[in-house]
Amino acid sequence: MNAPAAGGSSSPAAPPATEPLLVATGLQKHFPVRRGLLQRKVGAVQAVDGVDFEVLPGETLSIVGESGCGKTTTGRLLTRLLEPTAGSVVFDGRDISHLPPRAMRPLRRDVQMIFQDPYSSLNPRHTVGTIVGAPFRIQGVEPPGGIRSAVQDLLSLVGLSPEHYNRYPHEFSGGQRQRIGIARTLALRPKLIVADEPVSALDVSIQAQVVNLLEDLQDELGLTYVLIAHDLSVVRHVSDRVAVMYLGKIVEIGDRADVYERPMHPYTVALLSAVPIPDPRRGRSRARILVTGDVPSPLDPPPACRFHTRCWKAQEVCRTVEPPLEEKTPGHRVACHFPETGGAPVVELAAPAPGEAAEPASSRPPAE
Amino acid sequence: MAEDVLAGAPESGPAPRPSGSGRPFLDVRDLRVHFPTDDGVVKAVDGLSFSVERGKRLGIVGESGSGKSVTSLSIMGLHKRGSARISGEIWLGDDELVAADPERVRRLRGETMAMIFQDPLSAMHPYYTVGDQIMEAYRLHNDVSRRAARKRAVELLDRVGIPRADARVDDYPHHFSGGMRQRAMIAMALSCNPQLLIADEPTTALDVTVQAQILDLIVDLQAEFHTAVVIITHDLGVVAELADDILVMYAGRAAESGPAVDVFTEPRHPYTWGLLGSVPRWDRERSERLLPISGSPPSLINVPPGCAFHPRCPYADRNGDRSRTERPELVEVGPRHLAACHMGLEERATLFHDEIRPKL
Repeated sequence: MNAPAAGGSSSPAAPPATEPLLVATGLQKHFPVRRGLLQRKVGAVQAVDGVDFEVLPGETLSIVGESGCGKTTTGRLLTRLLEPTAGSVVFDGRDISHLPPRAMRPLRRDVQMIFQDPYSSLNPRHTVGTIVGAPFRIQGVEPPGGIRSAVQDLLSLVGLSPEHYNRYPHEFSGGQRQRIGIARTLALRPKLIVADEPVSALDVSIQAQVVNLLEDLQDELGLTYVLIAHDLSVVRHVSDRVAVMYLGKIVEIGDRADVYERPMHPYTVALLSAVPIPDPRRGRSRARILVTGDVPSPLDPPPACRFHTRCWKAQEVCRTVEPPLEEKTPGHRVACHFPETGGAPVVELAAPAPGEAAEPASSRPPAE
Repeated sequence: MAEDVLAGAPESGPAPRPSGSGRPFLDVRDLRVHFPTDDGVVKAVDGLSFSVERGKRLGIVGESGSGKSVTSLSIMGLHKRGSARISGEIWLGDDELVAADPERVRRLRGETMAMIFQDPLSAMHPYYTVGDQIMEAYRLHNDVSRRAARKRAVELLDRVGIPRADARVDDYPHHFSGGMRQRAMIAMALSCNPQLLIADEPTTALDVTVQAQILDLIVDLQAEFHTAVVIITHDLGVVAELADDILVMYAGRAAESGPAVDVFTEPRHPYTWGLLGSVPRWDRERSERLLPISGSPPSLINVPPGCAFHPRCPYADRNGDRSRTERPELVEVGPRHLAACHMGLEERATLFHDEIRPKL
């Protein structure tokens, strides 16, 4: 993994031969903020503000970012749990962005979701059999051999015992509940699974079990995943491609190796350098790039480049002209006026390239 | 007398002693915290010993239900006397806290020891301004005027990096972002210059860029005030960056403890191996599969007999019946490095080097 300087993308880019399974174009979701007696609209939370990407069949695309960056909203737009304010989602050649619920229903077989919290996403008054069998009943699908045996097959597929059929969710641990949720997701053999933080509520040792399970299922059933996560280590482990979101926009998207080893957007660089490394010898020797302050409010995002308020490379142009998401090397798109081109792996980053930047952040004290 | 055990503890007054003299500043010995419930006794902590010097940082790692938070609440004296049965000794300087008068512990809390909680939104009162809450803690322990306390609150908020502290001191907690609330809570904890700071999952609720800021702040302040810090977390990355020493807890007991570098590079307990194998490492070549620990953490009402880890341990069979019947004690496996496992030390070293480390 010796990184050549800019330009040398190692992977042969995304093979254009295959048709993408899902294409999002200019996807936007604004939540109106209403105040007063008349519920007048006083503003909008710009949760997702124009994102473009595609998901290829069989791949895992991860969307990472901090809280409030719009990654969960994006996932809900893809599954049409929310209707986009603008832009389109094309799934399997069909525009689903504004389909009415009735027309959407058959498509729900193909697009499923895994939720973050295995405690609130399972109905406590239903047995495991009812929960995992629900998709069959709702969709009116009669699996060969009956629902009961199909459910039991699903349970063994996710590593639970078929005898768990008549038990209730409270009898299971967090990791087992997440497996129940995954079994339900798999019931109708979907093509695309949107997994929203599927392991973040679980203990470390259980996380690894579920991550391995998701990978095995992908190999076995040829699934396509869109993984929404904030844990950059897990994302690196499972993803083929990674999209980094900041305040409703994608700031960088590319192959895993490109994003992790040759990040170009300063935000990605900062995000990666902030991840604590579980190795006391390496973790402490590397220089961290500290971005100051918190993520600004999506109610009133900064103009032009949204990261300029926290960016150490920001210049006048960043405050006035929004950088487009441009392909800098094959398959690696970045929205930045002054992308990093050092090419050194982040782990060994000594300091951000001082270059033209007036005040390199590394010389600043850590706190504000 | 317990002091006999503690090597060369000087009989000194209650005043803060210079660092590095005699017994550790915080010394927990054979702590047991049991909660009687209708279903049986929950043995949340069952025989735990550790110590921290002033100016040092101890990281306690473990999964949910391993007893790490219960331990910290025992030190702070925050368990209800009626519902928890606590035994053992907790020495904080020259005070023993388990048997101490609750009033005495109350005085020490806030003044000598302070705590940072995981969720600053629920740990702060929504009805009072941030400044009021810092001032309350400060005035409780110091006989000062409101004005002086307010000045102190502004100073502290400024020190922890809240911009325009003199204006923000009158804000309510909901006006602050998550990272700022955590900074305010640190300011509150530091108001009386505590000598022991316990941070229970201080960054779990925060984003990674904010987490980095808060961890740096804790390290800076700790160096500045020469505090002893106990940081409790499930995140191995956080302890690796922060801790001088590490204590790995499992089912209410210490599985392994020692200097951070030794625990990470030469771990000698299969549970520690399991934890290290469970986290993907992005600073290394990407491994094909993670190595999870099978099964899930045990119920603390029915802790497995013998070694509590044996039902999940792939090596439990190597020791005949011992792992199932006899509880392993913490034994020295290196300088200041302890582990509780029945397997032979040589065997563990070979196993780790030949089988575990290449796959990490």
